[in-house]
Amino acid sequence: MNHGPLIFLGILFTLALSWCGLVFAPQIQFGRQEVVNAKGQLYPPNRPGLAQQGGEVYRANGCQYCHSQQVQPKGLGADLERGWGKRYSVAQDYLRDVPVMWGNLRIGPDLTNVGLRRPDDETHTNRVWHFQHLYRPQITSPGSIMPPYPFLFEKRQVRRGQPASPDALPLIGQYKTELSYEIVPTSAARALVAYLFSLQSDTPLFEAPIPSEFTSGVDTNAPGAMSTNAVSPALTNAVAPASTSPPKQ
Amino acid sequence: MGGADSLLPQIEASCRIPVLVFFTCGVAWLLFSLAFGLVASLKLHFPDFLAQCPWLTYGRVRPAFLNMFLYGFASQVALGVAIWLTCRLGRAPLISPVAVTCAGLFWNVGVKLGVYGILRGDSTGFSWLEMPRYAFPILFCSYALIGVLTLITFHERRERQLYVSLWYVVAALFWFPWIYSAGNLMLVFWPVRGVVQVVVNTWFTSSLKELWFGSIGVAAIFYFLPKLLERPLYSRYLALYSFWLVALFGSWGGIFIGAPLPKWIPAVSTMASVLMVVPVIAVAMNCYFTLGGEFKRLSQNSVLRFIVFGLAAYVFAGLLGALNVLAPVSAILRFTYFQDGLVILNLFGFFAMVMFGAIYYIVPRLTEQEWPSASLAKLHFWASASGILLCVVSLIAGGVQQGFALNESAVPFLDVLKITLPYLTGCTLGLILLALASAGFLCNLLWALARYACATCPCSERFASNAKPAITGVTR
Repeated sequence: MNHGPLIFLGILFTLALSWCGLVFAPQIQFGRQEVVNAKGQLYPPNRPGLAQQGGEVYRANGCQYCHSQQVQPKGLGADLERGWGKRYSVAQDYLRDVPVMWGNLRIGPDLTNVGLRRPDDETHTNRVWHFQHLYRPQITSPGSIMPPYPFLFEKRQVRRGQPASPDALPLIGQYKTELSYEIVPTSAARALVAYLFSLQSDTPLFEAPIPSEFTSGVDTNAPGAMSTNAVSPALTNAVAPASTSPPKQ
Repeated sequence: MGGADSLLPQIEASCRIPVLVFFTCGVAWLLFSLAFGLVASLKLHFPDFLAQCPWLTYGRVRPAFLNMFLYGFASQVALGVAIWLTCRLGRAPLISPVAVTCAGLFWNVGVKLGVYGILRGDSTGFSWLEMPRYAFPILFCSYALIGVLTLITFHERRERQLYVSLWYVVAALFWFPWIYSAGNLMLVFWPVRGVVQVVVNTWFTSSLKELWFGSIGVAAIFYFLPKLLERPLYSRYLALYSFWLVALFGSWGGIFIGAPLPKWIPAVSTMASVLMVVPVIAVAMNCYFTLGGEFKRLSQNSVLRFIVFGLAAYVFAGLLGALNVLAPVSAILRFTYFQDGLVILNLFGFFAMVMFGAIYYIVPRLTEQEWPSASLAKLHFWASASGILLCVVSLIAGGVQQGFALNESAVPFLDVLKITLPYLTGCTLGLILLALASAGFLCNLLWALARYACATCPCSERFASNAKPAITGVTR
């Protein structure tokens, strides 16, 4: 029996079928998806340059192998109950990500909205929290199995009589360095933290409205003039218009 | 076909060097990969372990481990087995073995470059495709040369009757370049927009798993099982039926309900994953009836043990994979170690074990000598089998616990971690067993090659007397 040509055609046809179905069709359907205007602002917003560099640090060090970036809808897991998001994630949220780092394993918590849970604030509390967490996760989360990233920090000598750097990490107890040394975040660490601050998807979309239990107090249904930014100071970075300058670092 | 049998020495001679090179390099990569896997696993117990070095941080070691396994070991050994099966079943000597060997060496250069890139921080961030873009041209061109020469050999075959294994092999040789280049071009070189990346990535991983490794693995099962039992395959038509069904459904799976995508994609994907049960059961039935209850043969034949273990893992992985995508189950297991357990069951339990069996069968025929150490071979089987079982069972059990805890929002996240830690110990122990087994295997293989080199070397006449002992098993 020799069905060579027939087998060959079958082999091509079967893979072509799945290629058309799972590669070509999605590309046709939403491969040209565009940013949308959500309450007067473009969504998803363009990441500031530093945060984009931080995304590269995130990818290079494989953060996505332990941290997912997708909030599951109600009924599939307890993502909303755990406070990992106000609404489930939709395709629109990832429009500007290259690569899209969904993650498949939750050894660590989901980071889709870490920028909302720990927003950049005036007192830099959360910035310091992130730096400490990256330098030595056990400082901020005792019992965590996240590896430390000492290579994202620089150990610098402080000359006598010279003041310590303003951004030196406050370290206490067993994590203290030797006297006259300080731990300063490198540019990679700063970029990574800027990226983490930029991780927020709480803009209500047509396909993903915010459930009512989260909207009490925050008037998301108000017409465009009343944006979410005006209501909650914690959300100031939530939807930065693409045109404005990047938020302070 | 008495005339054709006189060709056998010529056929063996033609694929001797390339196949042995592929096997040796592949098994060496396996050992490296397991070493990295072990480091990654240890890091979950001791976060400070090797933390100072950016090259060895968890998020780089883990993809390095998997990529070394996929491209260093699995693909390379798969190519060796594909070449050997093509020559054997087609009764044709390999076309241009020198070119195939050179291409194989270049493939190894490509894998080295890719792993270097991952450790350096150039990972692409796409699962199973982490090797940076500069590794792709080398890997693809090497593959193209090997694939084309093997297909020409297939075309020149003297045996026109196609055994089912050859269907699988030829199909896999056509599918791999398509899958691999489509994945790289659409994700790494010209990335598609937004979540389409994830869809393409999932298409790539499930195609690679089912159509590349799956095809070569099942081809080997369908060849070696009847061969070792000295009886024909139960049903050729059942085998062809499973072939076409795998070809149809194999590459659609892997996208879970609830993913941030238009609803039809997870729905279609789930359906395909469930339908994959049909070919898996067809393969299982076919092999079960071929075995015909002769399970006592398992205790006599070590190659058969590997093949049957692989077959069992293939069936379990297929059934668990179908269960895994159902919405009520995936709601619990979606983001847990269960997924890792399933990958290990598929890649190590099924594919690697079948390939080990194939290597144990093929190498003595190429070197014209028995394996130097039968006890090492025995140890290899038992240590690998128990290591894989330990890994898979602890990851699956841990994953289920983890999933229930994750879905209980009252359980703090750090407590979820604590629940999984004992299971991770099981996985680490399993990896240690696997690494030891592979080290023994590599020793045995190198020993066999050294003995062969001594026997064929003209300067060592004293080995000439015992150069050709009878080789157990039947040759076709």
